[in-house]
Amino acid sequence: MRCGVVTFPGSNCDHDVYHVLKHVLGQEVFFLWHGEENLKSCDLVVLPGGFSYGDYLRAGAMASLSPIMASVRRHADAGGLVLGICNGFQMLLESQLLPGAMRRNRTLRFECRDLHLRVERADLPFTRGYEAGQVLRMPVAHAEGNYVDSEANLDALEAAGRVVFRYSDPEGELRDEHNVNGSARAIAGITNEGGNVLGMMPHPERCAEEVLGNSDGLPLFATAVAGARAALETQAS
Amino acid sequence: MSKKKETDQTIRARITVFPRPEILDPQGKAIAGALERLGFDRVSEVRAGKSFDVVLEGTTAEEAEAQLGKMAETLLANTVVEDYAVEILGTATT
Repeated sequence: MRCGVVTFPGSNCDHDVYHVLKHVLGQEVFFLWHGEENLKSCDLVVLPGGFSYGDYLRAGAMASLSPIMASVRRHADAGGLVLGICNGFQMLLESQLLPGAMRRNRTLRFECRDLHLRVERADLPFTRGYEAGQVLRMPVAHAEGNYVDSEANLDALEAAGRVVFRYSDPEGELRDEHNVNGSARAIAGITNEGGNVLGMMPHPERCAEEVLGNSDGLPLFATAVAGARAALETQAS
Repeated sequence: MSKKKETDQTIRARITVFPRPEILDPQGKAIAGALERLGFDRVSEVRAGKSFDVVLEGTTAEEAEAQLGKMAETLLANTVVEDYAVEILGTATT
């Protein structure tokens, strides 16, 4: 399967994602440059973490206006898979591919640590390798991960089942102290209406190999890759 | 930028962006706490925002105001969580 990892000025997790897709999962992977519009016919496009444009103005704001983002939007609208991790999630919000916005973490600190996530949806192209209610451990590393939207929009998001991951305790219970960045409804990841665009603050690419001591992130990439292939086969038949 | 000038007016404007009142502002809260520790005991609230001074050339105040509003909507403010205000600071003819 063809996978694309977009590099923006200031991206720093692009090579990690490339490594997981190419060397751990054996896929065909391309780096895509933010200043171009060409997605190189990739089936899965990943917006990686980092500090695009030095987080100037707002995290992800400048990157969301990069030429490649218009192509990413078309890809998403056509049902193509898009995964935004950390800064990539912030870009998806800024480009309004996903609803809501990020504020500073309520701790006012850059939070760099392992957190627990409860899987809310296990039927999406990115989450079929998990079970609903399963608790994952994944690292976060961000200063602006405090998700917010109006109460009405949050209700609509919940009603549509678009909350994919929530910060929880190791047993899967939602406890305020485990929601370190202060996100509304403990939201760690959300999807679009079609379920083909996923934005999440935790870093699955940093825990996708046994050698790292944690491979909880691997199923996310593995099922995305399989899902995109299945979608292609459906189209072809 | 070498755009054709419609007028010979230079307009200086300021766009201010603030978190919406209903949005918790962790930065403002921390700053309020720091001010209190410095002895400013009358401070009850601080909201931290941003301001952008923009100079436009070859336009009219009316057109500039419309342009500035669009700038705020599309880039300078995230209207999901922020409000903005546009203020024309001055107009000069060159």
